[in-house]
Amino acid sequence: MNEEKGMTIIVKTITRFTVWLIFLYGLYIIIHGHLTPGGGFAGGVIISLSFVHLTLAYGKDFFLKRHKISTLHNIEAGGALAFVIIGILGIAWTGSFLANFISTGKLFTLKSAGVIPLLNIAIGAKAGTALYLVFYYLVTHRSFIQKSESEGEIK
Amino acid sequence: MITPYFVIIPLFAAFLIALIARKKENIAAGIALIVGIILCIMSIYSFVLLSGNEGAIYYHFSNWKAPITISLVLDYLSSFMLIIISVISLIAIFYSLQYLNHYTGKWQFFALFMLMITGMNGVALTGDFFNLFVFIEISLFSAYSLVAFGCEAEELEAAFKYAIVGAISSTLILFSVGILYSITSSLNMADVGRLLLNEKSKVIYLVYGMMIVGFGLKSALVPFHAWLPDAHPSAPAPISSMLSGVLIKVLGIYALIRVFFNVFGAPQIFLQIILILGIISMVVGGLMSLMQWDIKRLLGFSTVSQVGYIFLGIGLGTPLGILGAIFHLLNHSIFKALLFMNAGAVEYALDTRDMKQMGGLSKKLPITSTTSMIGSLSISGIPPFNGFFSKLIIIIACIQAGHPIYAGWAILISIITLAYYLKMQRFTFYGKQNFKKIFEKVPFTLKTSMIILAGLCVISSVLIIPGIKEVTLDKVTEVILDKTKYIEYIKPLILGGR
Repeated sequence: MNEEKGMTIIVKTITRFTVWLIFLYGLYIIIHGHLTPGGGFAGGVIISLSFVHLTLAYGKDFFLKRHKISTLHNIEAGGALAFVIIGILGIAWTGSFLANFISTGKLFTLKSAGVIPLLNIAIGAKAGTALYLVFYYLVTHRSFIQKSESEGEIK
Repeated sequence: MITPYFVIIPLFAAFLIALIARKKENIAAGIALIVGIILCIMSIYSFVLLSGNEGAIYYHFSNWKAPITISLVLDYLSSFMLIIISVISLIAIFYSLQYLNHYTGKWQFFALFMLMITGMNGVALTGDFFNLFVFIEISLFSAYSLVAFGCEAEELEAAFKYAIVGAISSTLILFSVGILYSITSSLNMADVGRLLLNEKSKVIYLVYGMMIVGFGLKSALVPFHAWLPDAHPSAPAPISSMLSGVLIKVLGIYALIRVFFNVFGAPQIFLQIILILGIISMVVGGLMSLMQWDIKRLLGFSTVSQVGYIFLGIGLGTPLGILGAIFHLLNHSIFKALLFMNAGAVEYALDTRDMKQMGGLSKKLPITSTTSMIGSLSISGIPPFNGFFSKLIIIIACIQAGHPIYAGWAILISIITLAYYLKMQRFTFYGKQNFKKIFEKVPFTLKTSMIILAGLCVISSVLIIPGIKEVTLDKVTEVILDKTKYIEYIKPLILGGR
């Protein structure tokens, strides 16, 4: 761990305790999207916030050392593609876009509501990574501009 | 059933490009081109298909019944718009193949382009108010990013301005949809139309006002036009031609026609407002064009003026007026796309948009010059090009409807149109040479696209020939003027009856 980047040791220590809670809460919101308030988008936002939390506390290089940014791009596009594919499978099975084609299960249990949980997971993957990517590009672009300004390239 | 695929195919392609073609830009361009061709064939087939289906095909998402679920309605008007979208977008994709040599991040361009087509196809097909709003937002968000695609300060400013104006208009539309929902408890357009027949509430006038301002902002009617001359010229040329040629027509004009004619039953107050605003747009856009020296800005103001003609035709409310309006809508999308592509080719060759630094290009760029002349003559209404026929119909419709003064304005602005296009020709392609050298030759795909569009400027005139008119334009006019058929379809599907 690089002590010089990011925030103070207090923030880093607290972050180590809280970031998993935030991440797991996001997963919970996505998986229980069809039962409780929230869903794919809300859960995805919470997951992306856990990444933002890490980046703020440990500096922007911390995350990049462990994960490639292209992986996030792939998950983002894959999530959206998965949504469309689930919709097309609905056409293949029942003849209508986004129609339900798997068992609806027992009411109020985790395994219920047909394809809606799958769609929530797809949206969660898309929203979570996309929001973090927006944050990431704003952060890197900002330091790029500051660097150029100090070198006198941009007036 | 081909209806949902107009939305699914480009949506799928957009994310497929984002997933697999980030490093391989040729694959991104290939996917976009294939999708363009498929959509083009499908849209023309859909028009043919309608004649065997009593003029309308309905599609319901997820196997639910109509007022509950989102429905897609394919009728002659939707099919007509789909043909315009897919033909112009196919040519714009082909044009971009080599035009984008100067840009980085081609895959982003094509992915955003596909999303824009998704949104526009969705707007043309949807039969649901909230879904209309969502599809408008999808196409607008991609349009904002595409306007800013060059990442220069001027482009970013134009995109920001466009985004602010777009957000205001979308908010107004969303509010009016909310009010409609509070009156009728339904979001299905046909169902709302049916329930409004017995509704005497005055709050409906608030909805009219918000919708006219909201969609008027999107179609750049005159009091709401300030964003267009910034946003359209700043985009890369294929996007300018898509924005001016197709986007404002689908999001603004088509949506207004669909909502006010098919759902609200063409209230008289709407027709009068549109008529007056149309004439003001025509005049202001034309006069502002005369003063421009930036070639793409001139074309931007010219769009405002020509949109005025379309609204003049719609505002008359007579069958002939509507016929002229939709024919001019088709023609304008062809020649304005052509003219923006010409301007893009000139910009590609000279790296400037200032007409004072051009001149004498007709010898250096013969194909660009010839096609630009055809586009200019078409838009100014010179026979035998398509613009002549649509303007003539609108002018005759004005006289028939008892508005000879409006007809006089239309003729006067037509002369002014000729004046500023002659100015453009004189300073760009003829006269003294004011540039030092040509940086790059105009590449193959640019030339081919311009030649195809110039050909369409002549070919589309045949739509007005009796015999062909009855099976094409008249069918679209019937859909607009038939106030009951769109509402009728919902009656057998109502759940329980409210």
